[in-house]
Amino acid sequence: MAVTTPSTAEDRSRPGRPRRHRSAGPLFVAPFLVLFLLLFLAPLGYAAYLSLFQTRLIGGTVFVGLDNYAQALGDSQFLHGVGRVALFFVVQVPVMLLLALLFALALDSGLLRLSRVIRLGIFVPYAVPSVVAALMWGYLYGPDFGPFAQLSRNLDLPAPHFLSEGWMLGSLANIVTWEFVGYNMIILYAALRTVPHELYEAAAMDGAGAWRIAWSIKLPALRPALLLTLLFSVIGSFQLFNEPNLLMKIAPDVISSSYTANLYAYSLAFTGQQVNYAATVSFLLGLVIVIASYGVLLTANRRRTP
Amino acid sequence: MTTTIPAPPVTRTAKKPARLTHRRASPARRSTPLTIAMLAALAYFLLPLFWLLIASTKSTQDLFNSFGLWFSDAPQLLTNTKETFTQDDGVFVRWLLNTVMYAGVSAVGAALLAAAAGYGFAKFRFRGDRAAFNLILGAVMVPTTALAIPTYLLFAQAGLANTPWAIILPSLVNPFGLYLMRVYAADSVPDSILEAARIDGAGEARIFFRIALRLMAPGVVTVLLFTLVATWNNYFLPLIMLNDPDLYPITVGLASWAAQAQNGGAGASSDMLALVVTGSLISIVPLVVAFLMLQRYWQSGLATGGVKQ
Repeated sequence: MAVTTPSTAEDRSRPGRPRRHRSAGPLFVAPFLVLFLLLFLAPLGYAAYLSLFQTRLIGGTVFVGLDNYAQALGDSQFLHGVGRVALFFVVQVPVMLLLALLFALALDSGLLRLSRVIRLGIFVPYAVPSVVAALMWGYLYGPDFGPFAQLSRNLDLPAPHFLSEGWMLGSLANIVTWEFVGYNMIILYAALRTVPHELYEAAAMDGAGAWRIAWSIKLPALRPALLLTLLFSVIGSFQLFNEPNLLMKIAPDVISSSYTANLYAYSLAFTGQQVNYAATVSFLLGLVIVIASYGVLLTANRRRTP
Repeated sequence: MTTTIPAPPVTRTAKKPARLTHRRASPARRSTPLTIAMLAALAYFLLPLFWLLIASTKSTQDLFNSFGLWFSDAPQLLTNTKETFTQDDGVFVRWLLNTVMYAGVSAVGAALLAAAAGYGFAKFRFRGDRAAFNLILGAVMVPTTALAIPTYLLFAQAGLANTPWAIILPSLVNPFGLYLMRVYAADSVPDSILEAARIDGAGEARIFFRIALRLMAPGVVTVLLFTLVATWNNYFLPLIMLNDPDLYPITVGLASWAAQAQNGGAGASSDMLALVVTGSLISIVPLVVAFLMLQRYWQSGLATGGVKQ
């Protein structure tokens, strides 16, 4: 290690131990930290900076303070986008996590035949790119050659309108659920595997049944893992982009360029050339996610210590 | 789009592989109703993949004219595959190679950076270490979206937009990976071994690469695998950063083909739909194979993040 840090008084006061390694810590951390500053903090700071300006036809780029934020907070397209992902979050995430939890408990119960096949099969969609997932489901939903529409036609039933206004959010939720149930299930299942087996034996001796053990031992043990999956789901849902972006091409009348907040920021930056306003919307969306995440953490922590 | 979420290596289960098997119920305790219910759930997860497999054997005409969940009269998987690979002078092959390169470099780089930094935070005390770690940990919550657009603007000014660096550089920083590697290093690298190596006169770099990295190997592989998936499946970042089709990864390429198929309808580019479907199938094969082959690692590896809090 060529670089040395100034040795501290503490260093000198303890003779006889090799001191060289004390300076190595920062060197191990440095490459990550440098890239982190350049690729995480710099863009964040830049977005904050950009959001304070407006580019006008006359006068060029001018400092406008918080005008962009005021505009965004009164922008019905932005608010609707955020509202839509909030609704998506409130409905889709509980369904997804509940399914993941049930599957994980079933796998952990030891009551299943073919459990390995089932576990891998449910997890496989996670390895499928969301682009491919959205395309596949988009075609499956489709009125022309989608098997659901074909079946309905053969049975002389009205074809389901998965890609219509009323169904779209549900159809998107189905794609996201399909993609991520297995991933969440594996996290929960792995956490269940670390519960000491003796606890189950002790509970069984005390007369607890399978349900009682699941409720009183397994669920509390899963708390940190559930919190983690919940946190990831908050971050994921509010950023919803890939699936609506791809279904937009199949159903352009239903999905507008401001369907989700993220889609809106993207269109502002790349179609509308409104860079400053796009930065504002991105920044606000980030803020919404951080607040929602903290909300989840605080609620969870309050319940832990009543 | 929860796609960028990497995931977790492990410590505890990895050390006690025996536990994975010893809780198995005896065959008599197996429940048939529960198994049937789970198989029904499994059918839901495999249905789209089954459809994709069937659909990739069909011409665009047959996609419309035959039942979606069974083969048509004239299966042509090989024809479709050949056309997918030769369309537009073999641009699909280019996309595949790009994806392999972006995902491979990002995964190896991200895993090494996270391992080094995790080891640094776990095994050394230095001024500001706590503050730096908390800052990075807080960044786990920063959505990639809030970052992607300003990153693009910065890269555009630096002349990095529309180059492979635009995809690789942002994928190298994985705050959650760092967190996991720190936990992993603390658990799996004993201080006594480090002290012994130091007394023997080994340098810090040598100790890290020769000893620590090996002890941390299962954790490193897990971070590597999940970064690989995140980069392989990434769509938003390359969509923003790249406008040269020769630089596209497979996700952006497929989406552009899908848009063409949509616009063309059954007219001029009528073959595009079959190519999108076959290309989709080809694009998921490598990752599914990787997961099946490396399941020993990631299955024992997914616990840490969820257990240690």
